[in-house]
Amino acid sequence: MGIRFILMVNKQGQTRLAQYYEWLTLEERRALEGEIVRKCLARNEQQCSFVEHRNYKIVYRRYASLFFLVGVDNDENELAILEFIHLLVETMDRHFGNVCELDIMFHLEKAHFMLEEMVMNGSIVETSKANILTPIQLMDKSS
Amino acid sequence: MAMHGMRGLSIFISDIRNCQNKEQERLRVDKELGNVRTRFKNEKGLTPYEKKKYVWKMLYIYMLGYDVDFGHMEAVSLISAPKYPEKQVGYVVTSCLLNENHDFLRLAINTVRNDIIGRNETFQCLALTMVGNIGGTEFAESLAPDVQKLLLSSSCRPLVRKKAALCLLRLYRKNPDVVNVDGWADRMAQLLDERDLGVLTSSMSLLVALVSNNHEAYWTCLPKCVKILERLARNQDVPQEYTYYGIPSPWLQVKSMRVLQYFPTIEDPNTRRTLFEVLQRMLMGTDVVKNVNKNNASHAVLFEALAFVMHLDAEKEMMSQCVALLGKFIAVREPNIRYLGLENMTRMLMVTDVQEIIKRHQAQIITSLKDPDISIRRRALDLLYGMCDVTNAKDIVEELLQYLSSADFTMREELSLKAAILAEKFAPDLSWYVDVILQLIDKAGDFISNDVWFRVVQFVTNNDDLQPYAAAKVKEYLDKPAVHETMVKVSAYILGEYSHLLARRTGCSPKEIFSILHEKLPTVSTTTIPILLSAYAKILMHTQPPDQELQNQIWAIFNKYESCIDAEIQQRAVEYFALSRKGAALMDILAEMPKFPERQSSLIKKAEDSEVDTAEQSAIKLRAQQQTSNALVVTDQRPANGATPSVPVSQLSLVKVPSMISAEDHTSTNQALSEENGTLRKVDPQPPSADLLGDLLGPLAIEGPPGATVRSEHNAVSRLEGGLDAVDGSAIVPVEEQTNTVQPIGNIAERFHALCLKDSGVLYEDPYIQIGIKAEWRAHHGCLVLFLGNKNTAPLISVQALILPPAHLKMELSLVPDTIPPRAQVQCPLEVVNLWPSRDVAVLDFSYKFGTYMANVKLRLPAVLNKFLQPIPVSAEEFFPQWRSLSGPPLKLQEVVRGVRPMPLPEMANLLYSFWLMICPGLDPNPNNLVASTTFYSENTRAMLCLIRIETDPADRTQLRITLASGDPTLTFELKEFIKEQMVSMPTAPQAPAAAPPVPPAAQPTPQAPQIPANDPASLLADLL
Repeated sequence: MGIRFILMVNKQGQTRLAQYYEWLTLEERRALEGEIVRKCLARNEQQCSFVEHRNYKIVYRRYASLFFLVGVDNDENELAILEFIHLLVETMDRHFGNVCELDIMFHLEKAHFMLEEMVMNGSIVETSKANILTPIQLMDKSS
Repeated sequence: MAMHGMRGLSIFISDIRNCQNKEQERLRVDKELGNVRTRFKNEKGLTPYEKKKYVWKMLYIYMLGYDVDFGHMEAVSLISAPKYPEKQVGYVVTSCLLNENHDFLRLAINTVRNDIIGRNETFQCLALTMVGNIGGTEFAESLAPDVQKLLLSSSCRPLVRKKAALCLLRLYRKNPDVVNVDGWADRMAQLLDERDLGVLTSSMSLLVALVSNNHEAYWTCLPKCVKILERLARNQDVPQEYTYYGIPSPWLQVKSMRVLQYFPTIEDPNTRRTLFEVLQRMLMGTDVVKNVNKNNASHAVLFEALAFVMHLDAEKEMMSQCVALLGKFIAVREPNIRYLGLENMTRMLMVTDVQEIIKRHQAQIITSLKDPDISIRRRALDLLYGMCDVTNAKDIVEELLQYLSSADFTMREELSLKAAILAEKFAPDLSWYVDVILQLIDKAGDFISNDVWFRVVQFVTNNDDLQPYAAAKVKEYLDKPAVHETMVKVSAYILGEYSHLLARRTGCSPKEIFSILHEKLPTVSTTTIPILLSAYAKILMHTQPPDQELQNQIWAIFNKYESCIDAEIQQRAVEYFALSRKGAALMDILAEMPKFPERQSSLIKKAEDSEVDTAEQSAIKLRAQQQTSNALVVTDQRPANGATPSVPVSQLSLVKVPSMISAEDHTSTNQALSEENGTLRKVDPQPPSADLLGDLLGPLAIEGPPGATVRSEHNAVSRLEGGLDAVDGSAIVPVEEQTNTVQPIGNIAERFHALCLKDSGVLYEDPYIQIGIKAEWRAHHGCLVLFLGNKNTAPLISVQALILPPAHLKMELSLVPDTIPPRAQVQCPLEVVNLWPSRDVAVLDFSYKFGTYMANVKLRLPAVLNKFLQPIPVSAEEFFPQWRSLSGPPLKLQEVVRGVRPMPLPEMANLLYSFWLMICPGLDPNPNNLVASTTFYSENTRAMLCLIRIETDPADRTQLRITLASGDPTLTFELKEFIKEQMVSMPTAPQAPAAAPPVPPAAQPTPQAPQIPANDPASLLADLL
């Protein structure tokens, strides 16, 4: 199935964006996010970007104060996901110009729309930044 | 107005951000929820913009982890808003908040469908995305045809089609029938001709799901995927937007290789060549560069290529390149690459025979076991576990034991379970096994499940030589100041049974043994006390002549526990006290425990069961499953490494504590109990019993002499079942010698047929032995190795292996030992020389004795005709002169075969190729015909070219005409018959006789036979017939 969820969490452990591609109840989400955030935030720069948790593998990357955590199946290509995170960040960069935590916080809907253009049901839909951003630019123009 | 509305959202978000603590946050959220709720109540007054704003607030609150149990209707209703911004919010938020079974979703199904079939592209995209994310079965039923139409439509733009592809994937997962449409596979193949990389990226994900489920149906997609991969790898016509740090979409490259890994092999020589060139470039052309992103992206592709090459497992040279690369990766400092190196090396173990090369890296891997990063340590542990075999078990297990003391708690359980399994599987000798398990209990008692010590007890009980050693060893541990309770349990059991074997050693008199055991009693829990009581009773029984003082001491203890609140303890105390007054009869009643029946290790079983199942089986796992029959004997139960790392505690501690109820049951009558024990032990030769503790502890209480057991069993059985006559009763008791009572595991004929097509695997298996085969063929020589593996903890004796070769094979089997030690594997090489072509089959006559069982089996050996073939491609220039020069019988034979198992042409081509007949495409212009060539080797014929032509009739797939030509009449005949047999019978059909063709040969072509029109373009061939 590929990607199970995408989380953006700041270094205080606050969730800034959460997108799940499988149904979990609120309690399950809370527990999962708590465990994963605890595990990943405790790691240092010299450690690898992959953490095994239950039957997920978490591929994560840190940008300044923000962690991007992607939960995938055990047999997913880890490095491809790691660079997919970077592609997401670059896409946000192109739209917001030097994206930061606040951009994502206060433009949650845009972050969601971008993600929607990139991932569907856990699979990658699009990797061209121009194509990803077209609908959002369209919307910006119309409003 | 719009800006104002969303400003409300911003204010709310910054309020939340300014909250000092969780409590403030909760208050703010509650306030907002109240506000939104009231606004939604008088919905009529709400503008769509306001609705939008509130719905976003809901999503935000939900993301923070607060339950939002209202407003779903409002979110869904936005879907039907006429304007894009509201509609978009409706779709996005709905797919975040609702799950597929939500009732409101059903209400929206019509709106969604209208958006999908409507003319507005952006609406189409929104609807497809939502259905793709949360669509359920109802959506699958009502929307699939529309979605398919969009995906395949030539007028639709890529932005819609890429979403349609993943939407269809969702619907397919909900209802696989949505692709059961005529010609769907061909349309999928056409779809892959698409140039747009977005559409290809998402279609590839759809294809992975389809192919993982049924690769045969989609074989036409295979060359297309190779083309796409080639296009990307060579950077042909890849738009800048799809190039990532100079690498053409790494994600699509990875996905294409993923799809290809679901096909078992790639036969078409051209496709194969292209593919291997591409893979070769990936393997050798990936350099380490400074830019992290570029480096990661290129290595993502490289690791996928590695996995793919492993899957193909074809080119020796490429495989060794892979091993070399992985060897390099596991030694680098960069943690990601090292992690992936370890992970992929573990996968490699599962698919190919590279154990020896990987062993060279053992020291390096052990270094990673001590890495500060737990992710890397886990990978190293898995790899060590996977690469362990008899030769390195001692080193690896000792490393694990050493590491156990310093390992963090999260890993100890897994570590100790793995160490226990390895020790059991690969013990070079059983005393070492006992050492390891006792060390494990000593160092990590809290993490050792009961299964582990039960297993030690079974081994010790079943091996007389081991008993004094184990008894001495546990005593050493008991002498230590702090002893884990599990150690007390295992020591009590073993000393109770076997301490009398040590009686002559200093410090091991019954009294001394009793006192070191009894010292522990105050420290243990109620589950251990019964075991101690049993040990006391046994010690007392073994003390001959009786020691009055010891007896008084022990009776006093029994007396004390007669009024114990725990029923199990009380019962034992009462019974032992009464029994120990019976004097000499005690000897019989408390006799040594009988041997345990052989059973699969519950630990290994547990490790196997813990595999996580995912909806789509990964290619590597699928392959590993196919491969398990390949692994030989002791290693055959190796669980899939990638998936075993953690066994949850709940599973591990499956303790069966004797309950009060069962205790009462046991006491009802002596007879009933010994009946139960008797049947348990004798009727049940292999399946693991769940009631391990019952097995170990129960019989101790009332154990009659063997004869008495049998007798009482008869009584009990006849008493219980009334009419059951004595003969039936005695059938379950092993009588002196029983021949052939051993049931084989698996289908012998199927195993044989599988081995006809591959060179290693299991030839035969029953509860006691596994016979594996590994073969290498070079021209007319063959070297087979028989692996005889004893699966038991007791030896197999009177082992005999006789080869009955047919006239055309010279066979020489090296010495087969008369005895196979417990859990050992012996290898017996068998040399084969092929003298002339023949389809006759060699037979292995194998027999052994286990306890009172005698087994004898006759097994066909897979030294069959096709093993002496080697595929060789032949060009038209070579083929036709040969074909003409071999002009007729007996060198060229033709036959019409009827009753052929109907199969599509590609499948037939695969079948032929599996027998090493090389298909030469393009030689016969008629697409319904196949032309193949191969070289046959025997001492008489030397290397001889064989040419084959098969003409099929598309109107009637049950008949075909086969023409075979070679320079040797026997070869021509035999090979023709051989192919015929393969076409007529299912290769896996049980009992398919190898020697007798099931269909009477119809040597003369009949007039109405194959439908070859007069104007057959294949006249070049036909004129020679």
